[in-house]
Amino acid sequence: MGRLTWAAIPFDQPVVMIASGTVGFVIFCVLALVTVKGWWPYLWREWITSVDHKRIGVMYIILALLMLVRGFSDAMMMRSQLALAAGHAQGYLPPEHYDQIFSAHGTIMIFFVAMPFVIGLMNFVLPLQLGVRDVAFPVLNSVGFWLSAAGVLLVNVSLVVGEFARTGWLAYPPLSEVAYSPGVGVDYYLWSLQISGLGTLISGINLTTTILKLRAPGMGYREMPIFCWTALASNLLIVAAFPILTATFAMLLLDRYCGFHFFTNDLGGNPMMYVNLIWCWGHPEVYILILPAFGVFSEVVATFSGKPLFGRRSMVMATMGICVLSFLVWLHHFFTRGAGADVNAFFGIMTMLISVPTGVKIFNWLFTLYGGRIRFTVPIYWALGFIVTFVIGGMTGVLMAIPPADFVLHNSLFLIAHFHNVVIGGVVFGVMAGISYWFPKAFGFTLNERLGKAVFWCWFFGFYLAFMPLYVLGLMGATRRMQHYSNTHWQPLMLVALAGAVLILLGIVLTGVQLAVSIRQRERNRDVTGDPWNGRTLEWSTPSPPPEWNFSHLPQVGRADAFWAMKQQRGTAQDRNVKRTYQTIHVPRNNPTGFFLAFFAVLLGFSLIWRIWWGAGLGLLGAIVVCLMQAWRTDGEIEVPAEKVAAFERLHGLKERAV
Amino acid sequence: MSTEFEAQGMAPGAHVQTHGTRLSYLIGLGYAVVLTLASFWASSTDLVYPPGVPILLGVLAIAQMGIHLVFFLHISSAPDQANNILALAFGTFVVGLLVFGSMIIMAHLNHNMMPMDRLIQMQR
Amino acid sequence: MSAAEQALESGDAVPLSLRGPAPTRVVAGYGFWLFLLSDIIIFAAFFAAYAVLSGETAGGPTAADLFDKRHVLIETACLLASSVTCGFGSLAVQSGDRNSTYFWMAITFILGVTFLSLEVSEFSHMLELGAGPSRSAFLSAFFTLVGTHGLHVTMGLCWLIVMLLQAATLGFQPMVSRRFFCFGLFWHALDIVWIGVFTIVYLGAHL
Repeated sequence: MGRLTWAAIPFDQPVVMIASGTVGFVIFCVLALVTVKGWWPYLWREWITSVDHKRIGVMYIILALLMLVRGFSDAMMMRSQLALAAGHAQGYLPPEHYDQIFSAHGTIMIFFVAMPFVIGLMNFVLPLQLGVRDVAFPVLNSVGFWLSAAGVLLVNVSLVVGEFARTGWLAYPPLSEVAYSPGVGVDYYLWSLQISGLGTLISGINLTTTILKLRAPGMGYREMPIFCWTALASNLLIVAAFPILTATFAMLLLDRYCGFHFFTNDLGGNPMMYVNLIWCWGHPEVYILILPAFGVFSEVVATFSGKPLFGRRSMVMATMGICVLSFLVWLHHFFTRGAGADVNAFFGIMTMLISVPTGVKIFNWLFTLYGGRIRFTVPIYWALGFIVTFVIGGMTGVLMAIPPADFVLHNSLFLIAHFHNVVIGGVVFGVMAGISYWFPKAFGFTLNERLGKAVFWCWFFGFYLAFMPLYVLGLMGATRRMQHYSNTHWQPLMLVALAGAVLILLGIVLTGVQLAVSIRQRERNRDVTGDPWNGRTLEWSTPSPPPEWNFSHLPQVGRADAFWAMKQQRGTAQDRNVKRTYQTIHVPRNNPTGFFLAFFAVLLGFSLIWRIWWGAGLGLLGAIVVCLMQAWRTDGEIEVPAEKVAAFERLHGLKERAV
Repeated sequence: MSTEFEAQGMAPGAHVQTHGTRLSYLIGLGYAVVLTLASFWASSTDLVYPPGVPILLGVLAIAQMGIHLVFFLHISSAPDQANNILALAFGTFVVGLLVFGSMIIMAHLNHNMMPMDRLIQMQR
Repeated sequence: MSAAEQALESGDAVPLSLRGPAPTRVVAGYGFWLFLLSDIIIFAAFFAAYAVLSGETAGGPTAADLFDKRHVLIETACLLASSVTCGFGSLAVQSGDRNSTYFWMAITFILGVTFLSLEVSEFSHMLELGAGPSRSAFLSAFFTLVGTHGLHVTMGLCWLIVMLLQAATLGFQPMVSRRFFCFGLFWHALDIVWIGVFTIVYLGAHL
């Protein structure tokens, strides 16, 4: 069994044992409930083996929400530790433990919360907005999702079997080399990210191809919704940047497993090369996260202002400009490493330049709001909160883009505050807006508005309380990844930050409550028209939830905001009285390939981590067999007969909706 | 063999006419052989100004890659190839940035962060 | 009036971007093209590492000590020839000619195996000399870059076998034809990467 022994389970650490025990118990209860109720056939058929982009999108978001809880509990532990560990007090988390917590927090939040949220939204929305039936490669879509889930599983197993990395969320060498991290922690980190990284790359290829090659007739690039443009830029970045991550991690793995010397201290290795390469990926990564959020805001702001988006063309150009520029700024993450003034100056200027297209977008949103009849729904709350919060975060970023300023602020709490400012204010707020905006489309009923606004206010005030003190602390000299500090003057600010974290926790709890209450109230909040917000784009022309085939007839698109144009022409949401002829529609058949590939990926990853070579061989062999079985599958599609399509249309015929 | 333009473009490498492209492979082979032999010659000859040899090799390599793209993968400037060209251009941009950017940055870093003993050795 | 309607009225062909969802062949080809570009970026990262670390020989063997240009010329010839034979094989697939497909793809396979055995012999020779990947950063970078290319060639050859089996069992249906097409893209791309490898690693060493 390689290095795996019973000693891998930390029986002597009560916090870990209680946490894992609780999670294990909850999982057991859920599985037992599903078994007792006989839901397995339904779950297997409708969700686990589904290749429908709408189902996969929802599963991504569920995965992200679950991991948000894990990542946020890490955050609560860090905040409470820092609130206590001032002066002579040591807090309750020893350094070896604290190091794992901040490493897990960053890794989980970026790779297993933000990425799945964003990919899930894009998955659900894109085919509907593009007016087509599914993404380019439905089976690969399922594979990509399940590989991400495999990565999630491995990261969570590390809590109870073995340990996690203590190297921060990017695992810089030489600390992450075998000499200084001989345990399995870094291996857990590397293999779970390699596996889920493959899933992300698959998703990137899938969605880029969908946007460029699969659109409704008449929908050219000028007619495509802005969310699709930002999704295109984001997925192009995934395709271009994630391979760099894969290669860099591969080099670190070769160092660790085979004694290579890419990044070691001896025999010619250069740890700085890792830092350089990882940030070549790392900077595009944050734009991968923020661009779809920008797209959500473009849709939300236009819809709830009742106006077309201001400056469509400049919005598109700004998006593609950001896409290209995001590859030209990566050194600003390591100004202090000694590249010298010439190199630093170039990257400092480029970093300041990249804020220009973002500013263009902000102005476009403001001008869309101006003169519009704004409806203050939950998505608009998130959008307005975003505009204020993200601009502040962006400004602190531009401040740190000046190398001399960065020499003072690099790796301080000021930096922490900055990136949480833009990630929470941008990505989280964007995802929350997107979820509340598209939830009725996915499930057929709207979420409870009052609770939704409560969630927003908790996040909004919680964020400011939690992170504004960190800006101040950073300027006062506090560094990141700090388990304890001796200057007791910092403690009041740490306490305020803890209060903010508690408020955000309340927001997360209220999200759960909102979900439960909304499900209970679903009949009251049913969306019968498919267009609860008087939307502008094609997804609102389908019933809520849409059928498997999305559109009975692919829409003929004439201009941007295609659905709005259709509504103006006809005066109602759907023209139900016209006699329609329906044709047989081909939909992709369910496929277990994704699930089984992920199963073998977990086996492979876990075996490699613990050096169980026969297990790794088995995992690899299993994966190959699954691929070969898929290669010989010829019955990939089922036919939905025209009568069934017609029956669906009659049953879910949308009631007339006065505009 | 369909000769119409397909909706949304042609994939790279797609064949338009059967007999025409057999010739294209052979022409491509011819060019590639010449350029490859030229590369091998360039790296060992005394006839070229030595500091110019890396540039010559670079040009020959890019030419060979171009031959492959045009004659084997049938990339062209036709409108149905537009998406393919754009993707290729973006990929090339990233590759160039990654390789040359890393070289420039690491050269600066290595120079500025040279360990003290090597610095002293250099000054001797 | 929509852009599509305008085009139809003025007698121009409707622009490609307005014609609706592309056929499966185009979609699959483009998706694979994107995958290939992502693969080339992985190689670019290894190239970058090689470029940065090629001087770090840590007192061990250098590139000039180890590389044999004639060996590399033969390897290059094998791979280049296999690209052309693969092209002929693709044409045979397009026209549905089974025997021609088997013939040309078999030659491609043999040339690929020849390339691999030459490369394996070079690696094992280096290992015998003590110039393995754990000797220095330069050697780590070399083995990774060239080894990854060799691994891709190996996977390509395995894929070719699978494709020939698919042709034998399923015939040249559209799905099989698409996959042969993707294989061709893959094989040509590997030759393009090899151009970079032999120029930068092997020819660059002798400067």
